[in-house]
Amino acid sequence: MPEPTPSASADEAARLAAYWRANVRALAVLLSIWFAVSFGCGILFVDQLNAYRLPGTGFKLGFWFAQQGAIYVFIVLIFAYVVVMNRLDKKYGFDEQ
Amino acid sequence: MDVQAWTTLIVGLTFALYIGIAIRTRAGSTGEFYVAGGGVPPMANGMATAADWMSAASFISMAGIISFRGLDASIYLMGWTGGYVLLALLLAPYLRKFGRFTVPDFVGDRYDSSAARLVAVVAALFVSFTYVAGQMRGVGLVFSRFLGVDVETGVMIGMVVVFVYAVLGGMKGITYTQVAQYCVLIFAYLVPAIFISLYVAGHAVPQVGLGSTISGTSTFLLDRLDGLHADLGFPLYTERNLPRIELFAATLALMVGTAGLPHVIIRFYTVPRVRDARLSAGWALVFIAILYTTAPAIAVFARTNLLNTVAGKPYADMPEWFKKWESTKLIQFDDKNGDGLIQYVGPGYTDPETGLAVANELKVDNDIMVLANPEIADLPNWVIGLVAAGGLAAALSTAAGLLLVISTSISHDLLKRTFMPRITERGELWAARGAAAVGVVVAGWLGIDPPGFVSEVVAFAFGLAAASFFPVILMGIFSRRMNREGAISGMVSGLLFTAGYIAWFKFIHPELALRENYLFGISPIGIGSVGMALNFAVALLVSRFFPPPPAHIQALVSSVRTPRGAGEAHEISVP
Repeated sequence: MPEPTPSASADEAARLAAYWRANVRALAVLLSIWFAVSFGCGILFVDQLNAYRLPGTGFKLGFWFAQQGAIYVFIVLIFAYVVVMNRLDKKYGFDEQ
Repeated sequence: MDVQAWTTLIVGLTFALYIGIAIRTRAGSTGEFYVAGGGVPPMANGMATAADWMSAASFISMAGIISFRGLDASIYLMGWTGGYVLLALLLAPYLRKFGRFTVPDFVGDRYDSSAARLVAVVAALFVSFTYVAGQMRGVGLVFSRFLGVDVETGVMIGMVVVFVYAVLGGMKGITYTQVAQYCVLIFAYLVPAIFISLYVAGHAVPQVGLGSTISGTSTFLLDRLDGLHADLGFPLYTERNLPRIELFAATLALMVGTAGLPHVIIRFYTVPRVRDARLSAGWALVFIAILYTTAPAIAVFARTNLLNTVAGKPYADMPEWFKKWESTKLIQFDDKNGDGLIQYVGPGYTDPETGLAVANELKVDNDIMVLANPEIADLPNWVIGLVAAGGLAAALSTAAGLLLVISTSISHDLLKRTFMPRITERGELWAARGAAAVGVVVAGWLGIDPPGFVSEVVAFAFGLAAASFFPVILMGIFSRRMNREGAISGMVSGLLFTAGYIAWFKFIHPELALRENYLFGISPIGIGSVGMALNFAVALLVSRFFPPPPAHIQALVSSVRTPRGAGEAHEISVP
């Protein structure tokens, strides 16, 4: 791994701190959605959501989230994270050549 | 051709394929043996991870469990997929940047402690051995049910095949065999599902068929099933029956346990770059989700078929598959009231005319739902052979991944990093092969003659991974302040609490395993989430009483947090 030169290290530390804050913010948003669709819709509020239906289908809404919907959202979350992080890597100059 | 000929042909062809791949991809160095030289493309790694992850339990048992428990079984569906979000966002990219070979490597280096490394090695070995025994058992069962050999011979054949490609090929051989095994297992899972979905719901996509109306009627399939359940006194299929806290804790333990399983984590060391580790986790979940979103459809189709075929019908009229699976004891019928009809009813069911209680007379094993599904739906013989090959692919691919963890734990973590730091690369490679060979034999022995704990492997493996690895790795990345004293005390208390709780209710006092005796009403399968919380709490508290980690460890944390400069996973130089 290339070591930073002493003069560049203060800048490097500041960039790292800013990059890390942006990363943690993105994590917080994505993990809130992760929690909401699985533990929220699939478990804690499953009974209430089961009073509704996914329009045009036989799925009760809570049941659908617990056995289908949450899994689809998980996939979207990971690919969203890939896109967000590739941008952050570039913006803060930590991307891989 | 009959079922046995088709099965022999398809299983034989797939085995020849796996061994052919293994011979072409032999490992020449420890880097290739441990992490396939770090050059696996993200999509291929995603496929290999999916095969590595989906075990005999996912393939054979899961749809059946959903079929019998309905909404409550969502813990497995969400738990075993949601863990990949945690893995992709919180662990995989950073561990890839760290760039060594094993999970104990990270724990030992980050906390600068051989003791921490040893605790991690013991946990990794225990989790992997319990898990691999279940896979070998699965191999034996598939052989005995479909090919008419006994379980022992089946396990032996499985051992030989795994031996060839795990011992010769290491991670490199395993990776490309797993890609092939994924293709076999997903094809085998989808073909019967699509056939049945077309037949029942008139739609080729099972996930859509599940929400559709029954062919030729305007009744939704799920409403029909709930109606049948209500008539027969079973709890409603689409409604919750277990307490929320149990579902919550179990789902969390399975998710966190998934993210902490060593054989899954090490797959992310094999891709070239950090961004590939993130992408690869996404692909892995796509490939896993194909099976996991199909399973609930199979569960509902099979459940509806079963109720329509057996409930209240004369025993004498049962089709051939019923008798066949009865002989394996996976279906058991006991005509308690001697009327010749099969009363398949839920607890507390009363006869609508007389108002008298009626006893259930039929027991159906979980595993039937996938294994017998093609026969129940009257599908062609080659589909049945395909399902057998798929079950074997699922079991063998997982077994190989686990064996790799066992062999690296011994040759790398114990020998190279702890007891014999001067061992040569050649020596280490042979030690890895030797450890894999011993691992195969022990796994086969456990598979033929499983001690009682094997059936409880789910609670144990996931609980322990959740209570040990996940918190200790997460804090190692996200907290600079976490030091070795905090990490070790957290890991040990999480492990002891979780293992103790499971052992107490599973082995020491199984008669006490009732909801009113459980801590917070959480059963052993969910207790890993309490163990995890305990690990976090103890670690954070204890770490405050000791100094922060030294500067070179803090620099390591900084380096792990940024993607630039992730070379191939490498051996460290010995001072």
